[in-house]
Amino acid sequence: MTEVIFFVAAALALAGALGVVLMRNPVHSALWLVVTLVSVAIFFLQEQAELLAAVQIIVYAGAIVVLFLFVIMLLGVDREESLGDPIPFQRPAAIALGLILLTEVIFLAGHQWATGKPADALHTIRGGAADLGGNVERVARVLFTDFLWPFEITAALLVIAVVGSVVLARRSGQPPEGHGGEESEAGGASDREPGISARSERADSEVTDS
Amino acid sequence: MTITSTYYLVLAAAIFTIGAVGLLIRRNVIVMFMCVELMLNAVNLTFVSFARELNDVRGQVLVFFTLVVAAAEVAVGLGIIVAIFRRRRGATADDLDLLRDGAP
Repeated sequence: MTEVIFFVAAALALAGALGVVLMRNPVHSALWLVVTLVSVAIFFLQEQAELLAAVQIIVYAGAIVVLFLFVIMLLGVDREESLGDPIPFQRPAAIALGLILLTEVIFLAGHQWATGKPADALHTIRGGAADLGGNVERVARVLFTDFLWPFEITAALLVIAVVGSVVLARRSGQPPEGHGGEESEAGGASDREPGISARSERADSEVTDS
Repeated sequence: MTITSTYYLVLAAAIFTIGAVGLLIRRNVIVMFMCVELMLNAVNLTFVSFARELNDVRGQVLVFFTLVVAAAEVAVGLGIIVAIFRRRRGATADDLDLLRDGAP
């Protein structure tokens, strides 16, 4: 049963990845990306990472892909793109380099010293020193003890990213007014889109004027 | 037949390679960003495989940090894309030659 699930999900993941690369319309690429993300979530379930599977669906498929689609629709780039090669020999060179990379990584992955001693299939993953219950408790115990300092740094990183994206989305020299940057900053990343779209429409009208 | 970690690692290598090749051959900046996400997902899959292999949950915790970095990267990167598209319409990666010597 696990073999069937693995091979079906693997085929879906590879098809999704190829779809992202080969689709001419960016919206279709984003939808194929969702296929790959859900397949990876299935792999997480198979490898006893239940919390990560849920987080993968919620964060990646729920937030990041939606953000991609927002930007695609906002910028109006959802038209067909010619897949022609503007720089000669770039595409064959890229594919050849990709094949070399694949060979290298598979060579590394197939070695015994890379994978180590295989764990017992029935053995559940333990975390930290304590014998805790489910996957969520194990991950939480390790995250808030061993990885507490990186966790705090992560919070700073997210704040910097929110401030940076607000600064980037603001037009330079524009006074903060109405639904300006400050409100979006307080609301976090999920509140960015209305401010951006409102300002972008204004920017579009100014572009057409000039 | 049992599915060992090697299967997952080879699959992750294949997804990573597709993402890397896509990053090289595509011209649309948004699709290039999606290819970066593919590569990050392949690395996440590798982390989880090794967490299973070595029987250590810390590999799964590291995936959280990768997720946070990916989210921050997408937020800032899409902000940059919006800022670029505001200046010039229909920009692909080849059109962004502002710093090039003798740019038109």
